[in-house]
Amino acid sequence: MNKFKFDWLILPLVGVLIVLSVWHGVAGKKIFVTDAAGAIIEEKRIGLIPDLPNVVETWTSSLPYIKEPFAKRGEMDQGILRFTWYSLVLVAQGYAIALIIGVPLGFFLGLSPTFTKMFDPLIQVLRPVSPLAWLPLGLVLFMRAGPEAGTYAALFTIALCGMWPTVLNTAVGVRAVPQDYLNVGRVLKLSRWKMLTKILIPATLPYMFTGFRLSLGISWLAIVAAEMLTGRPGAGGFLWQEYNALIYEHIIFSILTIGLVGLILDRLMSLVEARFKATS
Amino acid sequence: MAFLDLQNVSKSFGGHSVLTNVNLSIREGEFVAIVGYSGQGKTTLISMIAGLLKPDSGTVTLDGTPITGPGPDRGLVFQNYSLLPWLTVYENIALAVEQVFPQWDAPTRQAHVDKYIAMVKLSHAKDRLPKQLSGGMRQRVSVARTLAIQPRILLLDEPLGALDALTRATLQDEIGGICQSEGKTVILITNSVDEALLLADRIIPLTIGPGATLGETVPVNLARPRNRTELNHDPEFKRLRAQVTNQLLSFNSTRQTTLTRKLILPDILPEDLDKPRVHRPPRRLSEEKSENVTIA
Ligand SMILES: Nc1ncnc2c1ncn2[C@@H]1O[C@H](COP(=O)(O)OP(=O)(O)O)[C@@H](O)[C@H]1O
Ligand SMILES: [Mg+2]
Repeated sequence: MNKFKFDWLILPLVGVLIVLSVWHGVAGKKIFVTDAAGAIIEEKRIGLIPDLPNVVETWTSSLPYIKEPFAKRGEMDQGILRFTWYSLVLVAQGYAIALIIGVPLGFFLGLSPTFTKMFDPLIQVLRPVSPLAWLPLGLVLFMRAGPEAGTYAALFTIALCGMWPTVLNTAVGVRAVPQDYLNVGRVLKLSRWKMLTKILIPATLPYMFTGFRLSLGISWLAIVAAEMLTGRPGAGGFLWQEYNALIYEHIIFSILTIGLVGLILDRLMSLVEARFKATS
Repeated sequence: MAFLDLQNVSKSFGGHSVLTNVNLSIREGEFVAIVGYSGQGKTTLISMIAGLLKPDSGTVTLDGTPITGPGPDRGLVFQNYSLLPWLTVYENIALAVEQVFPQWDAPTRQAHVDKYIAMVKLSHAKDRLPKQLSGGMRQRVSVARTLAIQPRILLLDEPLGALDALTRATLQDEIGGICQSEGKTVILITNSVDEALLLADRIIPLTIGPGATLGETVPVNLARPRNRTELNHDPEFKRLRAQVTNQLLSFNSTRQTTLTRKLILPDILPEDLDKPRVHRPPRRLSEEKSENVTIA
């Protein structure tokens, strides 16, 4: 029973069903305590984890946000796609900064052993630092920027965290350019610029795109953290706000949304990446 | 003064001496083949002429000017083709032509590229990427790219080494014809004595390392155009082939070899085809008691 018709569809569905059942099983449920006359005296939650909303509660409570995905009822009460859109715009900006800084940095690292010796240890130290740790520093850096400080700090965090996979993969790619390609350029006496645009960049592109895909994943991780700390409207900001508002159903709803969007972004980047892998 | 001149050229990599005291003089228009075993420094030698490597000592001069770096006056056809995989056949050659003839206008360059693509019979494939070509086609592109920059000397580093015998023969004839008609100075590196005899004016064997150097020149005074089928019956061809081969073999006998592993031959004998198939278990030497030989 290794393979059967539609196993690609049925097996994941079975997996999802199992997880949903376990979740529903351990989640809490609302019950009403009544007195002898049948009047409700108190409402309380029972179950293994009483405060964890169950599947049905999560679904009903999230429905308005899915049904009207672009609604804007208030600053922190908007349709889920509208929130996602805010997050995506911010991620796109931070990600763009990450690539603009990351690609040249990767090229320098790949081309110059001296540069690598100088900065590689530093990069190895900065790389594992969580977005949550960068954000306060960003807020301090842009403290004098006025009302937009939060945005700048968020961009700073996304760019700084998202940059590393691009930097490292580009550097690896540059080092992996076959000597033969470089020799072709040397025999032709290509200028530095042509060597870069005609040989180094095309030869490195497949590696760069692997970096781009990983960077996008990290940028998406960072945005949620940034929004939570700055209270911006967005998928992550919504999550934090609903936690504070004690609407726990929406925490789960936000998590699922963030995960799905991350998955879609990764798939899209994989498609682009595969295209570049195919041509070289 | 020779056109290309190598004086006492030596090269070692990390203390391991590859070439010592290589002397070589080539006249303009000459076709010289260097034959040698693999791993003995043929690529190293041609890379120094191309300027991709610097000799540790000695000088390399082209037309009296010392070679200090690579340049398009020496057209190198790489051992492994080295086409840029993201460029089509046309673009690979056009990149070289644009670089070497920047003063030409676009139509002139285009016609020039097309001419060399046609010369190697690839006009039908000019918009294909290298990965869509066979090994022989790739090597043709590589040759066309090098010829198109009109180098003063053509350096061919085992250009046909990776090809099957039939493709190899076809390309040998093509390269021979093209070099003949272009009247180029050529250095051909090869491990095939026949290939060298078919194409070259003289053959120089490379001795065996460490510290390999060039052996005794063997002039090839076979009439051109040379036809491979006729050559095979030519006594002079046979004599030359024996001369070069013996020289190469004599290098080999001076090489010290120590066999540290016991050679174990497979314990199996040829099948007796006279017996029906079902009664033919594998015959093992260790199981044979005696052998019956029938003489008709
Ligand atoms: N860049 C290099 N660094 C170290 N050793 C090298 C390098 N290039 C070649 N060699 C060594 O030099 C020897 C000759 O190599 P090569 O010129 O490629 O031989 P061939 O082309 O005759 O097969 C080999 O033993 C090889 O390992
Ligand atoms: Mg070689």
